[in-house]
Amino acid sequence: MAKQPKPEELAKVDYTPPMTAWMDTPAVLKPGNFCNAAKEKSLQLLDMPNPRTWSAKDDDWKLPDNWKEIVLEGLRERLDKYRSLRVFMDICVRCGACADKCHFFIGTGDPKNMPVLRAELLRSIYRKEFTTAGKILGRFAGAREMSLDVLKEWWYYFFQCTECRRCSVFCPYGIDQAEITMVGRELLNLLGLNIDWIMGPASACYHKGNHLGLEPHTFKSSIEFFLDDIEEITGIRPEPTFNRKGAEILFVTPSGDVFADPGTYTCMGYLLLFHELGLDYTWSTYASEGGNFGFFTSMDVAQKLNYKIYAEAKRLGVKWILGGECGHMWRVLNQYMDTWNGPADFLEVPTSPITGTRFDAAKSTKMIHIAEFTADLMRHGKLKLDPSRNDNKILTWHDSCNTARGMGFFEEPRYVLKKVVNNFYEMPENTIREKTFCCGSGSGLNASENMDIRLKGGLPRANAVKYVNEKFGVNFVGNICAIDRAALTTSIDYWAPGVRVTGLHELVGNALVMEGEKKRTSDLRGEPLPGCEAEE
Amino acid sequence: MDYGRVSGSEPNCMELKRILLTKKAFILNRWFDVILEAYPSETSRFIQTQSDRFANPVGHSIRKGLEGLFDTLIDEKRSGEISGFLDDILRIRAIQEPVASRALSFIFDLKAVLRKSLEDELENDDGRLMQELSAVDSAVDEQALLGFDVYMKCREKVSELKSQEIRRNTFRLLQQARLVTDLTTLGGEES
Repeated sequence: MAKQPKPEELAKVDYTPPMTAWMDTPAVLKPGNFCNAAKEKSLQLLDMPNPRTWSAKDDDWKLPDNWKEIVLEGLRERLDKYRSLRVFMDICVRCGACADKCHFFIGTGDPKNMPVLRAELLRSIYRKEFTTAGKILGRFAGAREMSLDVLKEWWYYFFQCTECRRCSVFCPYGIDQAEITMVGRELLNLLGLNIDWIMGPASACYHKGNHLGLEPHTFKSSIEFFLDDIEEITGIRPEPTFNRKGAEILFVTPSGDVFADPGTYTCMGYLLLFHELGLDYTWSTYASEGGNFGFFTSMDVAQKLNYKIYAEAKRLGVKWILGGECGHMWRVLNQYMDTWNGPADFLEVPTSPITGTRFDAAKSTKMIHIAEFTADLMRHGKLKLDPSRNDNKILTWHDSCNTARGMGFFEEPRYVLKKVVNNFYEMPENTIREKTFCCGSGSGLNASENMDIRLKGGLPRANAVKYVNEKFGVNFVGNICAIDRAALTTSIDYWAPGVRVTGLHELVGNALVMEGEKKRTSDLRGEPLPGCEAEE
Repeated sequence: MDYGRVSGSEPNCMELKRILLTKKAFILNRWFDVILEAYPSETSRFIQTQSDRFANPVGHSIRKGLEGLFDTLIDEKRSGEISGFLDDILRIRAIQEPVASRALSFIFDLKAVLRKSLEDELENDDGRLMQELSAVDSAVDEQALLGFDVYMKCREKVSELKSQEIRRNTFRLLQQARLVTDLTTLGGEES
């Protein structure tokens, strides 16, 4: 007689995913995990292929008839052009060192977010089309045919990678997964398959100079708007200039600092610092964006957007460029700018007019990061600081992926923050510096319709923040990236409510004791300074 | 209704609780395994074996939450902590699993896990243990009800975060365009 199942066995519903091999498990596009499709107009403005109205939710993605040919030819072209890509395709031994290092894998539990497997999505097609073993042995050699399911799988998972490069730190061969994602996205862009959150800002930046498409007068008035607040808090009204020819320095920062809290407070910090130094600098309303969403589209678009900054520097006749607190702007600058648009021979090697320090590391790009500029000022004792003004802040530091792994920028921001903050605690060692966890929303994935995947990707970072919050009472997390400031504000609010987000120069602006300032009673957010609570 | 009270924690459950405490490690491991069945095998291996809490926040939080829930079943004085332990798990499950019944099924799974762990004892039971077990079942049901509250709170938070972001990204521009009014500057007009 057959065994009679017990009631609890009958009631048990098995949710275990089917045990099919990854190649036989097509991607299921789950709402909350992908972004809206790029708009037709955005594609047209950048002369991108296949502009049309489409949605990833539809079965028909309105692709050209010869889409497969376009993709494979595109891959061939890139394999010929980038030797690194061919090496990355061939060299992986699938050791698995990267597998559990991705914040998206950790947060989602989806194996296709293991960097090794995300790369296999492309590598399997490479093997089939471009290697003898793959052509002959097919699946036995890890090869598979290009198909519509594969294309949709690419789209879903290459827009679930923030190109943060944490996995690359652990790869014994140094395979740069970000570059595999970048090529994957380039191939998708050949068919007009980008997302709105990237193409909107990229096309706006190309035509207007910044991601939001702010016209010059709006950009100018946005910054002037801060002056009222600054004057109220400090009694001093800085006088920034715009598009001023002959200025010594062009200052470029992500436009998020200009219009989105809490980046706006960081922007106020810049204005205070430059005023106190009497810096001969100008803003540009045309190169009014440090961010480069072209970088999440294709190398060509990234090159175009990066060039705008240099063209403007040339037009204004400045000597060098100072860059604000941005993430990927610095990876673009440190790793790609010189190949695309360098060397910028028409500019001079950045030299601080205050300390005389010559920044030789930037002798080709002629652009330095404001954290190194400020650290140098502090090193030479050029700033009068009162860190006790930040005493109501117990800070931890998030190393932004692109500045940390993209340019090895670990000490400069820490040097600055230790001068302006008295209470500072590091997060655990395997979550900072080169092993820092991404905010979960980089590389253009900071939309709202994909909030679920952003929060999942943000879990490992926020988990470490929560730990120092519980252990040391940390109530602020600092960083030098506009996307971090926007994304962490949301992610931390979900995972570790009560911890807020700040930029480095917001803290500098608070601590800076300025010539002729009135007695300050509030910080740049308008909140009472420590000891001034009763006065408010 | 006071969901914080655990009705299964009556004095007559003493014998059962004593037995469950001796089997705590077995029960928690088995319960954890049941949760892992919702993940693909590559993932469940990772969640199960990676012991660093920062490399594996999902595994760490789930283990912590399960242990806390188990302890609150045993010790009725800790029933006020139930929501916190549910939060450890459901804050993650709420974004990993948008279907509430699936995200919450693990709570009910404990009933089967407990029966599995008590197989020998129940075989020779004179009915007393079974009676005590049904009181614990009720306590599990109450945890599940609380679980729905926690799950909903998390999903509502996700929606709130979306709207807050939109506000943050546009507020300054609206302010500049004089499309919003700062009520604090209007003196006594605040309501």
